Amino acid sequence: MTTVFRPYSESDALRSDRSAGDRKRHREKLRRAIRENIADIIAEESIIGRSGDRIIKVPIRGVREYRFTFGDNEGGVGQGEGDTQPGQVIGQSGRRGRRGAGGAGNRPGTDYYETEITLEELVDIMFEDLELPDLERKALRQMLSERVARRKGFRRQGVRVHLDRRRTAKARIRRLIASGKLAALREPGGEEERLPFHRDDLTYKRLRPDVREESNAVVICIMDTSGSMDRLKKYLARSFFFLLYQFVCTKYHNVDIVFIAHHTHATEVTEEEFFHKGESGGTIISSGYKKAIEIIKDRYHPAHWNIYAFHCSDGDNFDCDNEEALRTARELCELCNLFGYGEIKPLGSHYYEGSMLERFRNLGAENFQSVLIERREDIWPAFKSFMARERTVQPSPA
Amino acid sequence: MAEWSVADLERWDARIREKVAEFGLDVYDQEFEICDQEAMLGFMAYHGMPAHYPHWSFGKAFEQIKTMYDYGVQGLPYEMVINSDPCLAYLMRDNSLCLQLLTIAHVYGHNDFFKNNFHFRTATDAKETLAAFKARADRVRAYIEDPSIGAEEVERFLDAAHALAYNRRRDLAVRKLGLEEQRARILARHRPRPDPFAHLVAPEPEPEAELESELHRIPPEPEEDILLFIRDHNPRLAEWQKDLLTIVDEEAQYFIPQIETKIMNEGWASFWHHRILHALDLPQALQLEFLVRHNQVVCPHPGSLNPYHIGFVIWRDIEERYGREKLFEVRETDRDTSFLRRFLTPELMRELDLFTYKPRGDHLVVTKVADEDNWEEVKRELLRQVGMNAFPVIRIHDADYRGRRALYLVHAHDGRDLDLTHAEKTLEYVRTLWGQDVFLETRLRGKRALMSATGAGFDAKLLS
Repeated sequence: MTTVFRPYSESDALRSDRSAGDRKRHREKLRRAIRENIADIIAEESIIGRSGDRIIKVPIRGVREYRFTFGDNEGGVGQGEGDTQPGQVIGQSGRRGRRGAGGAGNRPGTDYYETEITLEELVDIMFEDLELPDLERKALRQMLSERVARRKGFRRQGVRVHLDRRRTAKARIRRLIASGKLAALREPGGEEERLPFHRDDLTYKRLRPDVREESNAVVICIMDTSGSMDRLKKYLARSFFFLLYQFVCTKYHNVDIVFIAHHTHATEVTEEEFFHKGESGGTIISSGYKKAIEIIKDRYHPAHWNIYAFHCSDGDNFDCDNEEALRTARELCELCNLFGYGEIKPLGSHYYEGSMLERFRNLGAENFQSVLIERREDIWPAFKSFMARERTVQPSPA
Repeated sequence: MAEWSVADLERWDARIREKVAEFGLDVYDQEFEICDQEAMLGFMAYHGMPAHYPHWSFGKAFEQIKTMYDYGVQGLPYEMVINSDPCLAYLMRDNSLCLQLLTIAHVYGHNDFFKNNFHFRTATDAKETLAAFKARADRVRAYIEDPSIGAEEVERFLDAAHALAYNRRRDLAVRKLGLEEQRARILARHRPRPDPFAHLVAPEPEPEAELESELHRIPPEPEEDILLFIRDHNPRLAEWQKDLLTIVDEEAQYFIPQIETKIMNEGWASFWHHRILHALDLPQALQLEFLVRHNQVVCPHPGSLNPYHIGFVIWRDIEERYGREKLFEVRETDRDTSFLRRFLTPELMRELDLFTYKPRGDHLVVTKVADEDNWEEVKRELLRQVGMNAFPVIRIHDADYRGRRALYLVHAHDGRDLDLTHAEKTLEYVRTLWGQDVFLETRLRGKRALMSATGAGFDAKLLS
């Protein structure tokens, strides 16, 4: 019997990335699986106004390896550390410990069902899914995170990085002159004396966030939450609002976002609630518009804010409200830079339902656009036609 | 760099080998290769093989292992060892001297087991291991590079074959009967037994038709080797497709002994590294680290089973009760199922604190512990999940079901239902390979059920 030791060799190690090809293929499959489920994922994730490096857990179906196996509701045998008692809880079902495996030289037996990707990647895949042109993608992807800060005067307190050295030095000299010490120093043979900076000399730059008026914008998302919002509707609505928000972000520095959910009356909600609210009952569209007008008058004066409002609905409205809806929509048009109405009717949904598209057509406002979204491919053209309105319109003075 | 040199390892190895010989271990020649973490991860993803055909599932395995390692869920193994002659093992460059010694002794334990255990000897040819894996890798790569086949087709086919790799014969020591032998057996079964009262009663009419249909059925007797059966009976498969089925099946065959002896094998190696390092008279610093490391290896993993721990405890018990000779006999003849059945006593089960659990709501709840009343049940449950018992037994009963060349599979139900999602997808894979409709008979919650993958998609219905 003989034994051989083969020492570590750097060059072997360098070309040892043998799994690179298989990893790449695996990631491709992963991405495809995500893309196939993108509607479900976007429908469930809060993506609007979040930072791009946020990590999102995504359930994956496409890349599991299947084989005949026993069901998960079957138990098993485990090991304790002594004195285990019946009835004791040892873990959570669905993510049981590795069965009979573990330790050296063994591949883990569990398969994972979710993977993590960054929001940016997810948005990328969404853009792919919506068939956004490349050029536009790039513009929309820029999430402006930095706020422009402006110098505005000086102050005595501050952090070291904001120290204005020139002014501080001047202040010291000024003080020395005033106290007569400088003159004493100039005399030949004068006494050597240390003349340090005094706390009062320190001058700091004062920075203020730039609040140029034209850089404020608010996106008002209004959605009809009556009836059922299924996955596809949620996805379509959310991706449209997301695009709108990203677009507005590329043009303005300070962007607020407001979510208004309405059925027969309207409330302001968070994004989370916005997409998960589902109420049955009737719809009074004007309630949403009134709420929007109220919020604008309250917080976002049109003289200081650029206002973008968009309303998603399935088009059902109480007949008695149609007149009122038209009136409030007109009012909203006057306040907003751009106001839009999107009717989301996935193909195959009921055509006998009422539609507001016709009614809004004779609204006659220049900065109004109504669109019909039936499938995901419609999102981008709809968005473009909506934005086209914007270019011709000047912000209306209040 | 670590506090040791290759010369140190060689010096210690000479002493370890003295002990190996002294204790009567019988090993192949040994090769140790020193590698870094990245390379180790790579080896793990490819079952330790220096050469292996490419498939995305290995990339996935790599990512999983790396993630677990990066997040500290699981440490990298100290070593990785391959059943080959000469036996090939990898040592991690960054491990301490003590860990290297423990690992080297541990590897000799595996080496002895590979060379002597009956299941390895009958199912694998250690001399050819590395060459065979290399040859298979080259063949698959050639198909991928062949412009008339291409990566996509190969991947599609491998996906399906991988799903069925372990639906094959497990008892590799039992010779597989040929077609004629199977038919002879059927004939023998149907031959009327000599009846001493034949002259008193009217002879029963022989059910000719039944015998006839049984004799002409393909396969005559239920067939476990699904991939090989499809290879031999689907006339539409191209040569490269048949070859891929052979390749996947051969690999599965190679790994079955390791699956079947996981507890014995790891326990055996742990038992001997413990014995050998104790016999080495290590300097105190090394001795202390050794004790700590050893206890990390053979400690319970609460909630699951640690084969190192269970195996180690049983081997120690066998030596105490039957003497050293018995150890070598058992390592030669047994596999995990028989090993546990014969040597896992109620006392050991209590020491190991074994229990059964069931999911209840969101939690896994302990149902029975190995006490006076319930240890037998816990043991029975344990035996059902070790080795190849963790895979359902599925056999081909008819390859011409309903006269339309549909494949009829039967799951030998043992009280455990199949996972439906997996069954659906896997059945679709069988259809991909077989090229015709596929049926699977099983039981769901106590009722007979028939699943089917046909041109109309997947369907499952209860039969009774």
